[in-house]
Amino acid sequence: MDAIRVHGIEKSYGKQRVLTGIDLTVPAGTVFGLLGPNGAGKTTLVRILATLVQPDAGRAEVAGHDVVSAAFSVREKISLTGQYAAVDELQTGYENLVMVGRLRRLGRAAAKRRATELLERIDLVDAGRKLVKTYSGGMRRRLDVAMSLVTEPPVIFLDEPTTGLDPRSRQQMWTFVRELADAGSTIFLTTQYLEEADQLADRIMLIDHGVAVADGTAAELKVRVGGERVELEFASLADRAAAVLDLGAAVTAFGELSLTVSTDGTAAEVRELLDRMDKIGATVAKVAIHRPTLDDVFFALTGGNPR
Amino acid sequence: MTSAYWAVDNSLAMIGRSLRISARNVEALLMAVILPIMLMLIFVYIFGGAINSGTEYVNYVVPGIIILCAGFGASTTAVSVTHDMVSGMVDRVRSMPVVGSAVLTGHVVASVARNLVAMVIVVGVGLAIGWRPAAGVGDWFAATGFLALFMLSISWLAACLGLLVRSVDAAGGATFAITFLPYVSSAFVPVDTLPSWLRGVAEHQPITPIVETTRGLLMGTPIGSSWWIALLWFGGITLVAFAWAAALFRRRTA
Repeated sequence: MDAIRVHGIEKSYGKQRVLTGIDLTVPAGTVFGLLGPNGAGKTTLVRILATLVQPDAGRAEVAGHDVVSAAFSVREKISLTGQYAAVDELQTGYENLVMVGRLRRLGRAAAKRRATELLERIDLVDAGRKLVKTYSGGMRRRLDVAMSLVTEPPVIFLDEPTTGLDPRSRQQMWTFVRELADAGSTIFLTTQYLEEADQLADRIMLIDHGVAVADGTAAELKVRVGGERVELEFASLADRAAAVLDLGAAVTAFGELSLTVSTDGTAAEVRELLDRMDKIGATVAKVAIHRPTLDDVFFALTGGNPR
Repeated sequence: MTSAYWAVDNSLAMIGRSLRISARNVEALLMAVILPIMLMLIFVYIFGGAINSGTEYVNYVVPGIIILCAGFGASTTAVSVTHDMVSGMVDRVRSMPVVGSAVLTGHVVASVARNLVAMVIVVGVGLAIGWRPAAGVGDWFAATGFLALFMLSISWLAACLGLLVRSVDAAGGATFAITFLPYVSSAFVPVDTLPSWLRGVAEHQPITPIVETTRGLLMGTPIGSSWWIALLWFGGITLVAFAWAAALFRRRTA
């Protein structure tokens, strides 16, 4: 069962093309990461899927309902946490949660019970009775996400859930997203952080200027850039020269005192490489193993750094 | 439960929200309390001496001040609606299976409540500085109900303006006309003192019949056809603003 199906979505604002021919499917119960720099069109796609904006062309279904012709049915199955924490500063955390519970048709009593439960879950029991304007950025963001979970919708949209958070709050948010995924929700998240998509998403789509430039699992994308690399730093220029003669075409990059060689990342292969250097008398001072990051993927696929 | 039940329950939840936020918004609260007092004192003691209204000026000006305060209140309402648009609260609600008007209903009811508080303050200050209304209990109820309808219609209009503009700053300016109209009416000066071209404007804009009706109910001056002209204005403004706001709410994106 696919939770989200998108086919040929296009969107322009005036002459500005924001999305061009986006196709994707997200199987139910998985985490999908939409990765791209600022202005790539991530938020526009989320807004189309959350029924806030209509596409110019193409079709999109969420939880089996068309986002245009059956928008109300879609809204019953989703929640959206936008880029900016949409919480009322002059209400308490508790009041914010009760308000959403009532909008979600829980009724007053059930909405109050649920608010109390959620405050415990996001670790805001004490702060829950204070006005949100006294909260830190991380607390606000947790409350914001909790407001989207009042009725545990099957499909959850998180638009840049950790933008602007300090590292500790980001870790907390990641843990929270993983818990949601483990509980069986389908999660569609956008991020500009390559590491975040790598950490959280089962599948990743990379978009740039509204066009999908790549998609796959994090591992698949990394393979497209070429596997892992070993960097050998030599004790002297003479050692390095000897190694260049011996390794020949295996060298993929040259540094001042160092050489980079492709590897499968196993201990056996690294040991073999070091033994070989020993044999020819080239002294290796330092060894570093590099895994390709999604930054490398971005560079390899778009020919530039993420802007 | 029927969807009508939930539409009402959603609106009640949002009314509660807007009332709580109003009561905690110190800046808006001060404006709602201090402004009526200042306006009363300025008009009665500073301008009043120079204006010949045919009676003690305080007896002439009270309805005008109530309406002027409601105009300023409209700016608070527009700003809070725009704030919801810009902050993402409107997006949050639009992505839920909720009747769109619930958020706006909350703002409008809170707006009417704030305006009624301002009205009580104007009446209190007025009585303290020598206002002597001629109204009986029935007249008071009629005048309050009548002004509440006025507040309702301009609150919906303010909500509309709040949805139309793109920034909180612009929202304050958008309601300028609502705060300005009372000056070109019989609120502060008798219309027959205006130059003839301006008199035409003053006689055919909504504020004049509203002021005349309120003055008639509270001071016993003749009302004539003012009351039903005013009610037509209220009905027209409310219907148009409500329908327009509901449409804007669904389509508008910040």
